[in-house]
Formats: sequence, structure tokens, C-alpha cells
Amino acid sequence: MIQLEGVIKRFNNQVVLNDINTTFENGRTNLIIGRSGAGKTVLLKCIVGLLTPDEGRVLFDGRNILKFGKKENLMIRREMGMLFQNAALFDSMSVLENVMFPLDMFSSMTYNEKLKRARACLARVDMLDAQDKSPEELSGGMQKRTAIARAIALGPKYLFCDEPNSGLDPQTSLIIDELIHGITDEYQITTIVNTHDMNSVMGIGDHIIFLSDGKLEWQGNKDNILDAKSKSLNDFLFSSDLLRKVKERAMMSQGI
Amino acid sequence: MNCNLKIKMIFLKSISTFGSYLILMKRVLARPQRWKMFLRQFLRDIYQLGINSIPIVLLISLFIGAVICIQMKLNIENAWMPKFVVGYATREILLLEFSSSIMCLILAGKVGSNITSEIGTMRVTQQIDALEIMGVNSANFLILPKISALVCMIPILVIFSIASGILGAYAIGYITQIMTAEDLTTGLQYEFKQWYIWCSIIKSLFFAFIISSVAAFYGYRVEGGSIEVGKASTDSVVSCSVLILFADIVLTQLLMQ
Repeated sequence: MIQLEGVIKRFNNQVVLNDINTTFENGRTNLIIGRSGAGKTVLLKCIVGLLTPDEGRVLFDGRNILKFGKKENLMIRREMGMLFQNAALFDSMSVLENVMFPLDMFSSMTYNEKLKRARACLARVDMLDAQDKSPEELSGGMQKRTAIARAIALGPKYLFCDEPNSGLDPQTSLIIDELIHGITDEYQITTIVNTHDMNSVMGIGDHIIFLSDGKLEWQGNKDNILDAKSKSLNDFLFSSDLLRKVKERAMMSQGI
Repeated sequence: MNCNLKIKMIFLKSISTFGSYLILMKRVLARPQRWKMFLRQFLRDIYQLGINSIPIVLLISLFIGAVICIQMKLNIENAWMPKFVVGYATREILLLEFSSSIMCLILAGKVGSNITSEIGTMRVTQQIDALEIMGVNSANFLILPKISALVCMIPILVIFSIASGILGAYAIGYITQIMTAEDLTTGLQYEFKQWYIWCSIIKSLFFAFIISSVAAFYGYRVEGGSIEVGKASTDSVVSCSVLILFADIVLTQLLMQ
């Protein structure tokens, strides 16, 4: 479980995150949504420790990571897995070497054990056939799947995904979403996904927080998001023609 | 803008950049988290930065050795001057300046831009962020093997450069018949001081550190996209070249006294 308490982040006196309070539960896919520039990436970076909040607390199972020393910081990072927007695979390594990398760095396994674990992770994301390929030979979806395999190699307690569907077609996005959701459920980890993909919101949003201008405007889940009263959330949700027309038709059929 | 203010701002920016460089070096010059991974990166960099530079070093040194020999012959030939002076002057130029300083300036272009663009691309494609998230000291993991590899390989490149330059001098003497191999050999051996070879190697070690660490520093702090990576590569080559020239003055003064 990850808790945010009064998180504030400023850049040059401009408040980018304003008093964020929320809880991300274990075994649930937590989504951070909002327009571009709303503060989603900054919030995710504050949670994973790439940025330090100016005020507030970030608690990982009750442990405030902002108070961690160097050694504790190193230990908590081994409990984290991260999927970046562009996968961020190491381009000097093959797919298998990418997945083995965290094991090489941090585990005391033998080579055969590491190989077995890496292959199991690749099999989980259906990438075993491409284990000898280099990242540039992979499609966007395959790169994301490899990045997921690398993120889960060490058996993390927390999984972070920064816009995992960016640049992917809707069908591939669905596969990535299902993979993230499935892994979260299977390993009972705390997953936080930063997205503005409405398919993800409606598909895997066990817990959703909506950011607007750095403020937490609304939180709920995929079942009650369409009934939300927040104007900025509704503007965000129904910004596409498709969803707006679906909503209009639904309202017409209900005689509203 | 006021000229004094401009100078002050440039000075403050330089101090700030130097401070950032020192902070990065503190992270770089730490004990590797996994020696096995360090060794793997080190061997890769030995090949990429050192072995891959051998052909260009041999080629340039061969031609420059030949050109120095021709220039010496044309410019200092005199009835009162012994013929072996051409060989003597060629050796001194190759040993004292060309094979260490000028060769390192050339390597600053080849190796320095390679390091900056590799690390810079890793930065803009979030590969460095991925390392940091995993708990890897990315500066140490990426930069220390490069510094170690170049510092280990540069004395070998200097020796190759000296040998290739002398070979070029012999080749041009033989092809154009401007002087005999005996005169050249006499000149090359005349008042030979072994210390000059050591001077060349010692200087190159400092230059290797400058090239690898400064180039890595520029790559590591890239922000933005491919344009910024290209700009950082150019800036790193310029900075490395200026620092090598400055260090050359200091080291020559210290070593040749």
C-alpha cells in the first residue's frame, strides 16, 4: 500500500502538485489520470523518488521514503518495478539480457537460476520467442511487454507504469492493460498507472484519481467515474467525439 | 547587457558547471555495486573506445609522421646542418607532442562525441532513469568503466601512434628518396631520452581522464531530445579540446623541467 499525505511540489515558485492526499491499495490497479500538464508525471516521479516533494509524506507500507537513508533507499528500489512511456530498454542488450539485468545486479542466484527466472518472466508476457532479439527489432507493444518482464523480474511489491499505452494501437493497448492488471492481481502488488487512455480507465481502473492543475479533483473507480459531478473530469472524459456521442445517445435514450 | 555583468555571469556559470562535474565525479568514483557487471561493461568499452580507435590512430600517425619528415627535410635542410637532424626533429615532435597531445585532441572528437551521444541518448530515452529506479548508481555503472577503459587503452594507442609515425617517416624517405634510412635511423637514435616516452604516456593518461569524464558529464546532464544530444556532443568535444590544450601546457611545464 502506498499513501500520499499532503504532497506539494513546486518548480520555481509554481505549484505543480497541490496538497495531494490519497491511498493506493495492494492488489489493485490504481490509475492517475488528467490532461497533459496536470501533474501526473510529476506525481509519479515524486512517488518513485525521482523527484522530492517540497512538502508532505510518501508512505510505502507505512515507511516514509522521504526520510530514508541511502541504504534504505537502495532497498526500497529493489521492491519497485517501473514501466516507462517508451519502455526504456537498454539498447546495448538483447531482450533476455534486459530481463536478466536486475537479477545480475541484485540477486545472488546462479546463472541457471537467473536464466530460468528471466525466461519465466518473458513467458508470462508472451515474449519468449523474441528473447535473442535486440530492442530495436521489436514493435512498440513488444518493447512494452519486455519492459514489464524486466520490471517483474525481481518480484517487486510496487509496479509503476508511466503512460504504458502511449504510441500503441487500441488492441495492443488492451493487451498491455490486461497484462498489467493480471500481474497486479497475480502477485498482489500495488500498481500505479499514469494514463490518459480512456480504454484503460474503463478497463482496469480499480482506483482512479483525477488531477487537474496539480490538484486532486476527484477519486473513485471505473464503475462510478461516469457519474462524477466534477466539471473538469467530465470535460476530460468526454473530450473525444466518440464518447460525447455515446453519452448524448445514452441521455437521449433515457429521455434526459 | 553590461560587459562586467556578462563576464560575472559566465564566471558563475563556469563555477556552477565545475561544481556539478565534481558532484558527478563523486558518484562515479565509487566502488562498483557488482564487480562482474563492471568488468562486463569495462571489456565492452575497451573494445568500443580503445580497440576501435586503433585503425584511425595508425592511419593518422602514419601520414603525419610522413608529413613531418618532409617538412623537416624542406625547412631545415642546410649545408651546415647534419642530415640526421631531420630524423631527430621528427622523433622529438612525434614523442613530445603529436602522439600524446594532438592524438588525444583527435580522440576527443572520436571517443568524446561517442561517449556523450551514447550516454545522452540513454538519458533522453529514460534508460538512465530506469537504472536509477532499479537502485543502480547509474553514474558509476555507466561512466566508471569508460574512464577505466580509456585510461588503460590510451598508453597503448600512444605507443602505436609513435611507432606508426616513425614508420611513416621511413616510408616517405624510401618512396621519395629524400633521405636515406641510415640518416633517419641515426637521427631517431640521436640523444634519445627514454623519459620522453614516459612523458608522452603520463600526459596521455591525464588527457584520457579528461576526454572520458568530461564527455560523460555532458552526456549525463542532457535534457530534451536528439537536438540537445547533438549539441551536447559538440560542446563536449570543444570543452575536452580546450581542457587538453590547457592541461598540456601545465603538464609539459611540470614534466619537462
